[in-house]
Amino acid sequence: MKKISCEFLLLSALFVFPVMSTYAESPEEKGLRLTVAENTFNKGWQDFKANLTLTLRNKQGEENIFTMRMLTKEVEADGDKSIIVFDSPGDIRGTALLSHTHTLSADDQWLYLSSIKRIKRISSNNKSGPFLGSEFAYEDLTSPETEKYTYRWLREEVVDGRTLDVIEQFPSYKYSGYTRLVKWLDQDYKQPVKVEFYDRKDRHLKTLASTEFVEYLDKYWYPSMMFMTNHQTGKNTQLEWQNYQFKNGFTDNDFNRNALKRLR
Amino acid sequence: MISINPLSLHLFGNLARQAVLCVGCVLFSHALFAAWEGQVGGEGRFYFEDPLDAKQHTNENLSFYVQPEYRHRWNGGKSSFTFVGFGRLDQNDEERSHVDIRELSWDTSYDNWDVRIGLRKVFWGVTEFQHLVDIINQTDLVDNIDTEDKLGQPMINVAAVQDWGTVDFFVMPYFRERNYAGVKGRLRNQPFVSDSEVRYESDDEEKHVDYALRYSHYFGDWDVGLSYFKGTDRSPDLIDDVDANNQPISVAYYELIDQIGVDLQVTKEHVLWKLEGIYRDSAVESYTAAGGGFEYTLPDNGSSTMDVSLLSEYHADSRGENSRTFDQDIGFGVRFGLHDAKSTAILMGFVYDLNNNGYIFSIESSQRIADNWTLVFDARFFEGQRVGDSGYDVSQDDHIEITLSHYF
Repeated sequence: MKKISCEFLLLSALFVFPVMSTYAESPEEKGLRLTVAENTFNKGWQDFKANLTLTLRNKQGEENIFTMRMLTKEVEADGDKSIIVFDSPGDIRGTALLSHTHTLSADDQWLYLSSIKRIKRISSNNKSGPFLGSEFAYEDLTSPETEKYTYRWLREEVVDGRTLDVIEQFPSYKYSGYTRLVKWLDQDYKQPVKVEFYDRKDRHLKTLASTEFVEYLDKYWYPSMMFMTNHQTGKNTQLEWQNYQFKNGFTDNDFNRNALKRLR
Repeated sequence: MISINPLSLHLFGNLARQAVLCVGCVLFSHALFAAWEGQVGGEGRFYFEDPLDAKQHTNENLSFYVQPEYRHRWNGGKSSFTFVGFGRLDQNDEERSHVDIRELSWDTSYDNWDVRIGLRKVFWGVTEFQHLVDIINQTDLVDNIDTEDKLGQPMINVAAVQDWGTVDFFVMPYFRERNYAGVKGRLRNQPFVSDSEVRYESDDEEKHVDYALRYSHYFGDWDVGLSYFKGTDRSPDLIDDVDANNQPISVAYYELIDQIGVDLQVTKEHVLWKLEGIYRDSAVESYTAAGGGFEYTLPDNGSSTMDVSLLSEYHADSRGENSRTFDQDIGFGVRFGLHDAKSTAILMGFVYDLNNNGYIFSIESSQRIADNWTLVFDARFFEGQRVGDSGYDVSQDDHIEITLSHYF
């Protein structure tokens, strides 16, 4: 019996695989399939919190440093819920941003101004604007939902012994600041290690390089360091992730307007 | 002259003792885990014209403030202790030199309940030019006439957090009087509001217990708040009178009121639509007031990193000209958010009184000039032709103000 199944498998491989390659998956289908696989693989972590340090550097080498905490919870069949709380510099200490991201509709966002205790619902449409004056735009930091782009697989590359799929992606979102992104998706990490951003005039605007990958929960590889370079201004921003903690048991009540008041 | 209100002791004798005592206690109990933070700053005001009343100070004023803050969390962040103090020393106005406990609060959150006890600050509402619905805290008018600064309100607040919204219940056992600029102060009523005489409708005076209830939630892109307040009105009627020396003064009279409030914001692609309305009932009168408008953010053109928002609101009050403020006013504003590393922002606002042609024009700009240092520049211009017109009392008080703050 065992021998037969082995032969059967071998036969299947001989016959089925050639059929698949004749069917010839288009570059668009392959880009989508790999991205769906990436996003499916990267689900199931439930929730996490982490500390972030954002370092802005201009051409003259001047630095501005921001520190913040991020809390995120997965939502079944929709985008994640997250809160970012700013810890420094002092003038924005306690300010918090609550986001309920959605796969199909616009995200819901509330800003909490802790000095006057005001919660203000804000429009999530100006996503192409810079985050805290950094080289990261808001849209670069939202959760990667498959539906937000269309895709095209370009090629496979091997860099430093790692195999990468190079995939072009086009924002479906009409207010995006980009015409397209090119991402280098690591086949093992199931994470992009590099992303190039092209502005609305299709000029190369920025490059994001992610490094120092660490494996969490025996499955998920996250970069500890993200480095965004703006080729048009010469500025760059480093985003460092520290103290990842998973499965904190967060509930929806940790991600509503009421929760914003108790995070400082 | 000396206020006996234990919550707003005037400089210096009592202030120093209380502050040292309070700071000392907290420091001692948490010496090992001390997490003090806060801000200190200096402010200069320069007035363009001599004051309306010769008793008011001349055209320059310096002022310093400190706001120490202490926070401690435990129980996995579910419980917290918060202390926020405030003290200001003013060159000319002894009423503006004051201390306050902005927050002294013990908060605990359970699965679907939050319980918060102590002196706290609560904000309700959505509009920018006037905050009609917001009523829990007393305004600290000497700190800033924009009514954004508030005195800490003693309260027990229980919040029920449900899928269908949040219900907040407040019991407020002690009332805080509004603080007004002193006789030498600028940006004040004419005549000045006495702090030695205050009148209440309630025989319990400031010990009258006030209650409030609020429901808030969101439905898609609609954010909705409904509120009810029963107690001492935060904004007093000002009655013309004379002091012991037969000099004219204004006396604050605090009515007991019932107030129902509604606030609503609809968040669309580039426009925020806002509406606030109240119905207020007292022994003397009943009235309604409402304000609404929009905030429009220009669509991003992809090359500029700057946000430009246009604001406009209309506010009206059923009492007409008997209302002290916003009887029938229209406001316009432009906000520039530069989204640079220094968080530069500029807001220009213009409020015009359609009934008597008074106006206020203001420019506010802020920038982080170094790590933990900010510089704020404000300029305000007031116009009011006749006694009683909005803007008249401060019509000689056009000024610029520069504030340098350090955060620690």
